[in-house]
Amino acid sequence: MSKFVAILKKRYKRIIRMKKFVVPFICLFVIMANTFIVEGAETHTGESENATHNHDECSCHHEEKYDPGASAFHHIADANAFHLFGDYYLPLPCLLYSPGKGFTFLMSNAFDMHHHGSGTKAIDGYVMVHGSVMRVKQEGFPMDGEVEVSCYTEKEAADGKMSYQVVYEEKCYDLDKKTSYDGGIMGGGVTSFYDFGITKNVFTMILAFLILFFLFRKAAVSYITRKGQAPKGVQAVIEPLFEFIRNEVAIPFLGSKYEKYLPYLMSIFFFILGLNLIGQLPFFPGSGNVTGNLSVTLVLAVIAALITNFSGNKHYWQHVFNMPGVPLPIKFILTPVELLGLFIKPMTLMLRLFANITAGHIVIIIFVSLIFIFGQAGENLGGSILGGVMAVPLTLFMMAIELLVAFVQAFVFCILTASYIGAAIEEHHEHH
Amino acid sequence: MMLFLADFSVIRPEPGLLIWTTLIFLLFWGLMGKFAFKPIQNALKEREQDIQNSLDAAKKAKEEISSLQSHNENLLKQAAEERAAILKEAKEAKESIISEARERAKEEAQKIVQAAKIEIEHQKMEMLTNVRNDIGLLSIEIAEKLIHQRLSDKQESLQLTQKLVEEIRFEN
Amino acid sequence: MTGTLAAIGAGLAVIGAGIGIGNIGSKAMEAIARQPEVVGDIRSNMILMAALIEGAALIAIILSIFVK
Repeated sequence: MSKFVAILKKRYKRIIRMKKFVVPFICLFVIMANTFIVEGAETHTGESENATHNHDECSCHHEEKYDPGASAFHHIADANAFHLFGDYYLPLPCLLYSPGKGFTFLMSNAFDMHHHGSGTKAIDGYVMVHGSVMRVKQEGFPMDGEVEVSCYTEKEAADGKMSYQVVYEEKCYDLDKKTSYDGGIMGGGVTSFYDFGITKNVFTMILAFLILFFLFRKAAVSYITRKGQAPKGVQAVIEPLFEFIRNEVAIPFLGSKYEKYLPYLMSIFFFILGLNLIGQLPFFPGSGNVTGNLSVTLVLAVIAALITNFSGNKHYWQHVFNMPGVPLPIKFILTPVELLGLFIKPMTLMLRLFANITAGHIVIIIFVSLIFIFGQAGENLGGSILGGVMAVPLTLFMMAIELLVAFVQAFVFCILTASYIGAAIEEHHEHH
Repeated sequence: MMLFLADFSVIRPEPGLLIWTTLIFLLFWGLMGKFAFKPIQNALKEREQDIQNSLDAAKKAKEEISSLQSHNENLLKQAAEERAAILKEAKEAKESIISEARERAKEEAQKIVQAAKIEIEHQKMEMLTNVRNDIGLLSIEIAEKLIHQRLSDKQESLQLTQKLVEEIRFEN
Repeated sequence: MTGTLAAIGAGLAVIGAGIGIGNIGSKAMEAIARQPEVVGDIRSNMILMAALIEGAALIAIILSIFVK
């Protein structure tokens, strides 16, 4: 019995020690979950606003429904305003271009956002729907100046495509999303306007850039000022990462020519890592799902592909078009495969980063959504509490995994790019 | 599925985001490369070189020390040998000097003794001659006196002369 | 209906990738147990291989999403 008590005491001591770290985390999660509950009760219930599809008689009435999938997609999406808390948004500059009308520049708070990032004003035919700018495409809407609009509704077309409508003076007008180059496959396409503004993702990227530049500059300067001394502070944090990428990625894959590509590899690693880590923060300066946006990973992958193919030597291209030591009939199969590989390699780079980060964010949001699913969107308090009890450890676990994924994905992008470049610049070898 | 297509906006490449990402990444690459990665890489390389150099220097110094040590040992050995040789020589020299000195002293002493002997002989001879001379003179004086006294009495003077001669003979 | 089929396709792709990555993991563990001194090399190669397999699986998943 006394032995049992001793064991308990020992364990309790360890728990006390752990409490120092765990309790603040749990508190943070409970607070976060609470804000989510409040926000969910206030906004998610009224999110799906249904209206009749008749053009002439359009009215706003709310339908009580909570859709965790839609909520997740909304939270990971890029936005034209940065949500701070409650109904407060950080205004971001919107640079909108519409062919025929020209450029329109405005700050996003001009739309007067309330209620889940939907603006109450339309400016020059532009409106703010759930945090992103859209443009009225139906005629009859005042396309110049500022007008008050009532609400926004969703419309399902005959082919199943969803679109938004704005309700203005009890009439519905169809809205255009911003132009995207997906060829209409993913519900986008070239529309009546382009958005070149500083969106939430661009803002996050600039922020990450500034933070990283500040940290690295500090480290670089301290290498000069503290010459001949042991690394300290930022320097000591950055140095192991820097040396890890240099010694484990750059030198093994690129050999003696590594120094030429080192700045690129470092940039790609720290850019992705910084954005991943900032994206992990669930509140203001973070929460931007930048590396989980295909546009961003597309650019990074295209740059990687350009660097790989522009530094490719004779043997690299020979291996692509005319594999040495292979009989002619097989070349007819092999060459298309190799050519396809040129595009598949950067595509997998793009998709891997995108899918990992997006999936992580969606899973975290779905876990937090357990609170609303069990609580029936804030109506059932007991269910909410049950959902919270389930959601907190699951979210904690998922966030720990995501922290690992943030490093692993940055590392994987970097190491794969290095291996592609390494294969492209490799000196002649007889066969393989 | 429909919902997925409807609102999954992150999978749509948007021109604005593409342009901004390209711009920011290229700027990041350029600025970080120039102002952060290059200096850090150079500093790290320099430090590695320094460490390698100092390691090499330490190795070299160690080797030098060990070689010096063996050299020193050799020197010490040599010195000890030399010392021993010198000591030996000195000892020999000392002994030879001592024996020589002793011999010379002996010789000298012998010489001195010889000289002294010769001197003594000389002086003895001189004294003897002196004594003989004195005795001669005395005997002449005595003879004179006797002659003066006894010349008057012939018998007596003869007797006396005889007696004197006798005496002198005895004395001698 | 197509949505369901696409979901099944994505699930199958994930099964394949799961088996592949599991194999990599088990072999890497064995290799590390056999030669603990090259754990760094093995780990980075393991991540590289897992990332390549994951890439194939991701393409399958994305294709299954594109199918209407």
